[in-house]
Amino acid sequence: MKVLKVDAIRNGTVIDHIPAGRVQRVMAILKPRSTDVVMMGMNFPSKAMKKKDIIKIEGRELTQNEVNSIALIAPHAKVSIIRDFQVAQKSTVQIPERIEGLVVCPNPKCITNAEPMMTIFNLEDSSSRELACQYCERVFTADEMAHV
Amino acid sequence: MKNLISMRDLSVDKILQLLKLAASLEKDPSQINLSRRVMAAMFYEASTRTRMSFESAMKRLGGEVIAMVGTSGTSVEKGETLADTAKIMARYSDIIVMRHPMEGAARYVSEQVDIPVVNAGDGANQHPTQSLLDLYTILKSQGSLEGLKLALVGDLKYGRTVHSLAYALAPFKPEFHFVSPKSLAMPNHILSDLRKMDIQFKETTKLDKIVNSIDIMYVTRIQRERFPDREEYEKVKNAYIISAELLKNAKDNMKVMHPLPRVNEINTDVDSTKYAYYFDQAENGVYMRQAILATLLGEAK
Repeated sequence: MKVLKVDAIRNGTVIDHIPAGRVQRVMAILKPRSTDVVMMGMNFPSKAMKKKDIIKIEGRELTQNEVNSIALIAPHAKVSIIRDFQVAQKSTVQIPERIEGLVVCPNPKCITNAEPMMTIFNLEDSSSRELACQYCERVFTADEMAHV
Repeated sequence: MKNLISMRDLSVDKILQLLKLAASLEKDPSQINLSRRVMAAMFYEASTRTRMSFESAMKRLGGEVIAMVGTSGTSVEKGETLADTAKIMARYSDIIVMRHPMEGAARYVSEQVDIPVVNAGDGANQHPTQSLLDLYTILKSQGSLEGLKLALVGDLKYGRTVHSLAYALAPFKPEFHFVSPKSLAMPNHILSDLRKMDIQFKETTKLDKIVNSIDIMYVTRIQRERFPDREEYEKVKNAYIISAELLKNAKDNMKVMHPLPRVNEINTDVDSTKYAYYFDQAENGVYMRQAILATLLGEAK
């Protein structure tokens, strides 16, 4: 019998397959409301990833836009919408065309790292997962950006 | 065209329009009148040529210039943000020309103010007015931009001007020879972009083999500050010194260009040959910047 380490939720969202150690960064992007009941799991054993993090949010269904905003931090995350303890919908995350204010530019000489301003990245190539900074114009892979 | 921030924003048509206007302004500057217009030069780091070239361009069209040169003694030292400084400048002037050490600074300022912004260099990123004046210089000296053979010589790894020039010329089907020491070769991501665009190029360390077959030799300075290791710099600093002797069998139409300042990479004995074109190039900068200012201020017919 499978033993649940965290409670199953009745209604809400489960984000699985977050790279181990990144759960707090994912939470920072999703910005839970003070009324959201959230469970964060860290370092769960995983066949594919060896270790993974998990988030369960009770009572809130994340939109595809909200989900996509974590694509750089957790590119292989699996998102399930739960209704009455059943998986009602399953999706993966996709890097959006434009990412505003979520990630830091890895280029230390970029103006976004010097001024109180928002970063903006535009998707250059979805197959190679490359994004260009709107300001310094440098192109980075999603993995390069996730480590900053 | 509201701003001039990056060569990436310019279509080939727009580039051709600016080239045409620069040529026309060189012949007759009186066709544009920028009197009562004020250009604010916001220079967060030193630059002699670019700033004075812009000032000359503005003044020769009848306009006025106010300038902040360096940040010492300004509100920037008191901790003012770039956005605030720019917003104030926008109240004092009709167009902002700015240089800043951080990459993307001009794009950011252009989003903060309602008046046109010209990028006069943002760190290692873009310097579009240099690229445009280089195109104008090549066009003027060769009569066409199509299908030219160019040697780009010197520091091709860190040289922003040569990177930008390679992209700017790409639509005109050039043939490039990239001449540099191995440690200063053209970066791979640029070579791969050129391959994608089907641009012909060869990489070599030997300039003498190709000097007689090219139309343009674009020479750049090997900058000491780029080398963490002094010994490495000493090894390559004199790799390419252009002399009148080297050029003696060059094609009649061949011109030597250099963004200046030069240190020792072009001997002064080249200056009096028909190949020397770097001082004309600097002068062409004024005409191109006149074309840019007139266009952005809505005065170009």
